[in-house]
Amino acid sequence: MATSAVPTERAISVTVNGTTYDREVEARKLLIHFLRDDLDLTGSHIGCDTGNCGACSVIVDGTLVKSCMLLAVQADGARVETVEGLAAGDELSKLQQAFTAHHALQCGYCTPGMLMSATALLRANPSPSDDEIRKALQGNICRCTGYWNIFEAVKAAAE
Amino acid sequence: MLLREVAYAKPESLAEALEILAADDGARALAGGQTLINVMKARAGSPDTLVDLSGLDDLKGIELGADGTLELGAMTTYSEIIASSEARARPILGEVCAQIADVQVRNRGTIGGNACTNDPTNHLPPLLAALGARFTIAGRGGEQTVPAEEFFLGVYLTAVGTGELLTKITIPAGRNDGFAAVTLGVDGTCVVSAAASLNGSARLALGCVDAVPVVLSPSSTDPDAVRQAVRDTALDPPSDVHASSDYRRHLAEVLAVRAIEQAQRS
Repeated sequence: MATSAVPTERAISVTVNGTTYDREVEARKLLIHFLRDDLDLTGSHIGCDTGNCGACSVIVDGTLVKSCMLLAVQADGARVETVEGLAAGDELSKLQQAFTAHHALQCGYCTPGMLMSATALLRANPSPSDDEIRKALQGNICRCTGYWNIFEAVKAAAE
Repeated sequence: MLLREVAYAKPESLAEALEILAADDGARALAGGQTLINVMKARAGSPDTLVDLSGLDDLKGIELGADGTLELGAMTTYSEIIASSEARARPILGEVCAQIADVQVRNRGTIGGNACTNDPTNHLPPLLAALGARFTIAGRGGEQTVPAEEFFLGVYLTAVGTGELLTKITIPAGRNDGFAAVTLGVDGTCVVSAAASLNGSARLALGCVDAVPVVLSPSSTDPDAVRQAVRDTALDPPSDVHASSDYRRHLAEVLAVRAIEQAQRS
């Protein structure tokens, strides 16, 4: 156990999809657990919990990260975007609509992470090449192996 | 995965960070966390205290000196190196950083974390060794700067001792560099890697064939001479599910030649 005077809990303030949450969290809590368990934002998924699958991908201060490899306390003061924030009310984002139109989801487990990775890509690079799309999705695994339609959806949203 | 209970400090100065690290031998520096958090999940390591370095501006940024020397703060991420116009003074740096894992990991993982982890399958230890990088380590007694040969000491072991921090990595000017690796999938961890630098004399560093990068200086860049130089080091690499010892020895020769060839073209 920790023996130093350094605390194992910390008060944090995190803005998720525009709403600011002030919470006391244990330092050991991963950001994905904070989002899912504390804030009840269950759109971001836990697939592998080893940093490989990307189902937990969210955008923190404009940067795409895997939220299973970040502690919630590390997101103190940050602006976090999750899949719940992509749609404007009932209006799905252009990318989400492209996922529907191109059957880019089968079981849907990887979809939140795929959407966040593709959202980060299209913000930084609105007209990506085919290779840039593939490289941008490299950190996201689809257990249905439905990569082709996901690629097509991102490509359609980019055009 | 629920981590074991851990204390968390986010110091605002290097002095404060060093003080916390020195006060508790169970304290570990938290850089990008792309290795450490997973190590903690697996209980392969269970620090008592995490010292988050993200608030230390002293450890960030890339500076290009008038003589072409690059100074990279230990907390500089792979993505920052890839995007940096200064880092393009040594193009191989961004090129190799772009081969590490995926976008998400590159956005968080740091050059200092990669070096300090000194996992033999990491890309950067052999590259930094080949480039003649120097490593600045700060402790409460002051700082020292050491070359790669004195920095990488063993598997997961470097010259950064308890209560110390790697603050920056200094890379001399040069352009003629190469890197070649056989990896587990595209941009995966290395099975064997080789980095070459032809600025002045030829300098090669081989990764994943020993506990630390194996540095050698082939007498010429001729492929036969390079292969002979690798053979002369009498490598005894480990066998595992990915490659036998013999196959790693073979790959070391092949990849050394490829790295040298890339350095000649660049």
